[in-house]
Amino acid sequence: MTMRIYVPRDAAAVAVGADEVALAFAQAAAARGAAIEIVRNGSRGLCWLEPMVELSTAQGRIAFGPVTPADVPSLLDAMTGNGQHALRLGVTDEIPWLKRQTRLTFARCGVVDPRSVDDYCAHGGYKGLERALTLTSAQILADVTTSGLRGRGGAGFPTGIKWKTVAQASADRKYIVCNADEGDSGTFADRMIMEGDPFVVIEGMTIAGITVGATKGYIYIRSEYPHAVEAMNAAIVAARRTGFLGKRIGGTKHEFDLEVRVGAGAYVCGEETSLLESLEGRRGIVRAKPPLPAHKGLFGRPSVINNVLSFAAIPFILDNGAKAYADFGMGRSRGTMPIQLAGNIRYGGLFETAFGVTLGDLVDEIGGGTFTGREVRAVQIGGPLGAYFPRALFDTPFDYEALAARDGLIGHGGIVVFDDTVDMVKQARFAMEFCAVESCGKCTPCRIGSTRGVETINKIINGERVTENLAVIEDLCNTMKFGSLCALGGFTPYPVMSALKHFREDFGPAPARLQAAE
Amino acid sequence: MTVGYEPWDTARGTEIIAEHAGLEGATLVILHALQEAFGYVPEPAIPMVAEALNLSRAEVHGVFTFYHDFRKQPAGRHVLKLCRAEACQAAGGDRIAARAEAKLGVSLGNTTADERVTLEPIYCLGLCATAPSAMLDGRLVGRLDEARIDALVAEAQR
Repeated sequence: MTMRIYVPRDAAAVAVGADEVALAFAQAAAARGAAIEIVRNGSRGLCWLEPMVELSTAQGRIAFGPVTPADVPSLLDAMTGNGQHALRLGVTDEIPWLKRQTRLTFARCGVVDPRSVDDYCAHGGYKGLERALTLTSAQILADVTTSGLRGRGGAGFPTGIKWKTVAQASADRKYIVCNADEGDSGTFADRMIMEGDPFVVIEGMTIAGITVGATKGYIYIRSEYPHAVEAMNAAIVAARRTGFLGKRIGGTKHEFDLEVRVGAGAYVCGEETSLLESLEGRRGIVRAKPPLPAHKGLFGRPSVINNVLSFAAIPFILDNGAKAYADFGMGRSRGTMPIQLAGNIRYGGLFETAFGVTLGDLVDEIGGGTFTGREVRAVQIGGPLGAYFPRALFDTPFDYEALAARDGLIGHGGIVVFDDTVDMVKQARFAMEFCAVESCGKCTPCRIGSTRGVETINKIINGERVTENLAVIEDLCNTMKFGSLCALGGFTPYPVMSALKHFREDFGPAPARLQAAE
Repeated sequence: MTVGYEPWDTARGTEIIAEHAGLEGATLVILHALQEAFGYVPEPAIPMVAEALNLSRAEVHGVFTFYHDFRKQPAGRHVLKLCRAEACQAAGGDRIAARAEAKLGVSLGNTTADERVTLEPIYCLGLCATAPSAMLDGRLVGRLDEARIDALVAEAQR
């Protein structure tokens, strides 16, 4: 009987040798005349176990990892024999780290063959679209709104309201734009879903298209993600071939098609208006709002622009109903969030769960602390524009409002863990440096403020008039926060001010009079 | 890698531009295609793109210079990109980057004197849970340690 073996093609698995492992399996099987079928699936998101290989059995899929090419001969022995092996992790779905998750958006990621429409449909794919095709635009909008889904890119704007605005606008053309410019360090959920389950993104965008009356969509993927570009392009071709994209979708009157566009290394293009400029072939300069993209977006037409994860959440909502999604979560943060545990962390990867889990649980219990074995000193939540939190704030629940109440933000759901060797004044300077390099240059607070910020933090590091210069930093951050046109300049103060607030000791000696008071 | 790129040729450039000029907002697509063919965007191509898209030279030049990806001259034979963003910093990326710089004798953003290796920073490859990470000529490598970066540098120098 042919053995089916899964070896991920996810970039994170490939970066630690998955291609070599797949090749070793093919060669070893050929050498001993064993009949095997290798499926290059996405990643399950247990990154410390990558490359994680799975074997399809009557008891379900059995995982082994992390596998090196040298392990392959003994693994094949185990797979054809009694199944025992030092790298055996047991039934994949029973691995506690995976089992305690609530995978709605990532339900199929790492399970299916990302190149196969049939496999997607066999695992519940396109059921959301199927139902959407039987509904009116207003009914779909009601579902999306009731689900409580908020933009997963970072801003957290209610998706249903955005779609409704575009649906109500009248124009000769409308567009659906998927923001796959996932530039935030510590985040990789967009990449993973595009590589592991690309059809769910296509399905979500198609539903958006029929809802608002758009026939054309663009997926803007950053150039740093060549594997995701390849995966989406392959999936689009497959969807067209099977009638899920193009004219007469699913035999109805609806028409929708997609095109991938590749960014060119500008972080600011993750900002939606800058992304639209870039798609139109211009410099990625931020636009002033209003007009909102929902009124005047791509090429001046009403456009839905959402993050990859927002679109990827849609098929579940349409298939299972708004309530099934809204039943998860807390407060105004409904549903699940694919959280990414990254940096110096023992058990890093993708952890999708309902809103409300505390930061401490995520970092210590689920993440297992640092891989260096040292104390966790700080975590940065939400990318380069997110705040640094100390251990004292680890009781904060992962929720839009709860984080905001403590001057933090969810951003795109990434958590980067740092151990006690981190120098927080350097991290603050890096935030300013990054902003200076990536600023589009349109507004002064961001363009000039970030450069002055780097200079001033350098003075602090050199011990020059520390108290006065810290006052300058605070003032500068206020100007950037309230005066910048977009989130790049507006949110750079978050990492800077949080580092200063929670890790003041890294910014040089405290003022003399305070020392005297102690 | 830069080996295998075509030398600049006006007719070939015209052909590449014409292939994509009909797309909506084609400028970035064309610049990417030119760089893919020639390894960089040759200066004579800028007015040709402008002409084909009915834009001014300044507009196309502005787009070309805005984005970090586009090169105005060829890179070294191999391009080694090291992720310098926060997740990789947290996982020891500073040490790895310093080691690569010392081994190659150039700082990030530069090409070795023998034009073999261009060493560049990159801000996030999305491999944040298998950090620190790098990309050598399009091939990804994660969980970098001293031995792995030494091997990558040696491979790039070959």
